[in-house]
Amino acid sequence: MGQRKIRVLIAKPGLDGHDRGAKVVARALRDAGMEVIYTGLRQTPEMIAEAALQEDVDVVGLSILSGAHMALVPRVLELLRAQGQENVKVFVGGIIPDEDVPRLLEMGVAGVYGPGTLTEQIIRDIYAAVGELDRPLRS
Amino acid sequence: MSLAESVLQGNRLALARLLSQVENETEEGLAELNRLFPYTGKAHLVGITGAPGSGKSSLVTQLVYALRHPAPEQKPVRVAVVAVDPSSPFSGGAILGDRIRMRELAGDQGVFIRSMASRGALGGVAASTANLVSVLDAAGFEIVLIETVGAGQTEVEIARLAHTVIVVEVPGLGDDVQAIKAGLLEIADIIVLNKADQPGVENAERALRTMLELASARGTLSGNAQPASPQWTPPLLRTVATEGRGVQAVVEALYNHRNFLCQSGEWERRERLRFQTQLENLFQAALIKRLHETVSATEYGHILDRIVSRQISPWKALEILLDGVVQ
Ligand code: B12
Ligand SMILES: Nc1nc2c(ncn2[C@@H]2O[C@H](COP(=O)(O)OP(=O)(O)OP(=O)(O)O)[C@@H](O)[C@H]2O)c(=O)[nH]1
Ligand SMILES: [Mg+2]
Repeated sequence: MGQRKIRVLIAKPGLDGHDRGAKVVARALRDAGMEVIYTGLRQTPEMIAEAALQEDVDVVGLSILSGAHMALVPRVLELLRAQGQENVKVFVGGIIPDEDVPRLLEMGVAGVYGPGTLTEQIIRDIYAAVGELDRPLRS
Repeated sequence: MSLAESVLQGNRLALARLLSQVENETEEGLAELNRLFPYTGKAHLVGITGAPGSGKSSLVTQLVYALRHPAPEQKPVRVAVVAVDPSSPFSGGAILGDRIRMRELAGDQGVFIRSMASRGALGGVAASTANLVSVLDAAGFEIVLIETVGAGQTEVEIARLAHTVIVVEVPGLGDDVQAIKAGLLEIADIIVLNKADQPGVENAERALRTMLELASARGTLSGNAQPASPQWTPPLLRTVATEGRGVQAVVEALYNHRNFLCQSGEWERRERLRFQTQLENLFQAALIKRLHETVSATEYGHILDRIVSRQISPWKALEILLDGVVQ
């Protein structure tokens, strides 16, 4: 019968124009067999939440190298929860100072990744997180 | 409340979830689809096809925008978009990038955009695209735009799915020869010459017009795909999708074509053809399933052996198998 693929939204919130990392991650996830919706640059948290809903994704990946993560990430989390998508796993990558990492994890972010992260690591962590998803996994 | 009921009440999260269930062909998804079927049949299904990078997503965006912002005396219609991109044949994964062009549509509750991967289907849309479209139809979207993968000459499946097919051409795509063998043109109800700001528009338009005249002189084209209707002359319209130029004329052509379909009886004919294809595909799948249920793997292997060794022909084998399978 049908097949189930992990669906991931990769988004770049804010005015940050660094998109190499987001593209590298998107490609790696595709090569790992996932379906990756790439929305491009300059997304507001509202746009990201709306796309996450319409696309019914399992994972939202935010790539932020501008330093605005402490404003953008909580807003995205809040919007996802408000629309009933509290089960969606949020991953954050980019330039995130060490002291912000525990704060992001506490807010409910599933993982934070800085420069030099191996994409294999990201793929492993997504598989681990989505395995726990409270939704039908029938094939 | 079932997903189908929530969808009928306008719940967008339920709609998104049901689309996934249907895409993955889960039992629940197919059962809900069955429940929604009586509510389908109202939406105008519009296919947008054309070569990779020809501007399909940009045009879709502008079309939706125009449909959502009509002249003051007209009511904006609710529009859904299904955008198909290819799956990687190696990993089975996909990058679905059509939304990149659709930023302008964000925040509009009258619009619903869904990306999907082709998942190995070769006709330009995925096997489950028709079912996703049915769900959106039942959910009350008056127009559903279906963007195919970047298509060549053989990806013409969209003609069986849509009421109206828009083929997007661009200047400089291999000029006259390309136009002459362009299988896509045969399924076009509306031809858009996009990127009209680029050099070579005049040549491209001339080549396309020649093609169209040849086609109409020949009358209805044969083949498996459904050819554009003979009583309708596909308009050729220039656009610059990135700026929205010429898009209003495409919207008018869409409405004209819809009127033509309704008045000529062509709408019913296309619906019939679509359901015939669907029914026969379902039938085929069901028969194959029944085959594997009734004939054991050893027995089946034995029959294949006998075919390979030329003891019986595939036609004879079919006769033998059908006797056991259809009762
Ligand atoms: C290349 C680069 C640019 C290029 C960007 C080209 C492009 N299209 O991407 C250009 C030259 C345009 C540029 C411009 C600027 N840059 Co710059 N740039 C860099 C640089 C050198 C490398 C970034 C990069 O592409 N890395 C390669 C990719 C593959 O790595 P990555 O993005 O880190 O991604 C990895 C991980 O972070 C993680 N990841 C990333 N995203 C995601 C998402 C998810 C979901 C997951 C799971 C993981 C993940 O996985 C990836 C793989 O390991 C960095 C310094 C650095 N070493 O990081 C500065 C840097 C990011 N830039 C910086 C700055 C300040 C700027 C500018 C503002 C001005 C300037 N000083 O040059 C402008 C602003 C541009 C803009 N419009 O936003 C600062 C940011 C400072 C901060 N945040 O506090 C940095 C850190 C340099 C520095 N040390 O000052 N930049
Ligand atoms: N100059 C010009 N560029 C255009 C026009 N329409 C689209 N483009 C550009 O063409 C590129 C491809 O546009 P898309 O809308 O993504 O094309 P597409 O057909 O959806 O592409 P695929 O889905 O990848 O097959 C983008 O860079 C657009 O900005 C146009 O009318 N003029
Ligand atoms: Mg596209």
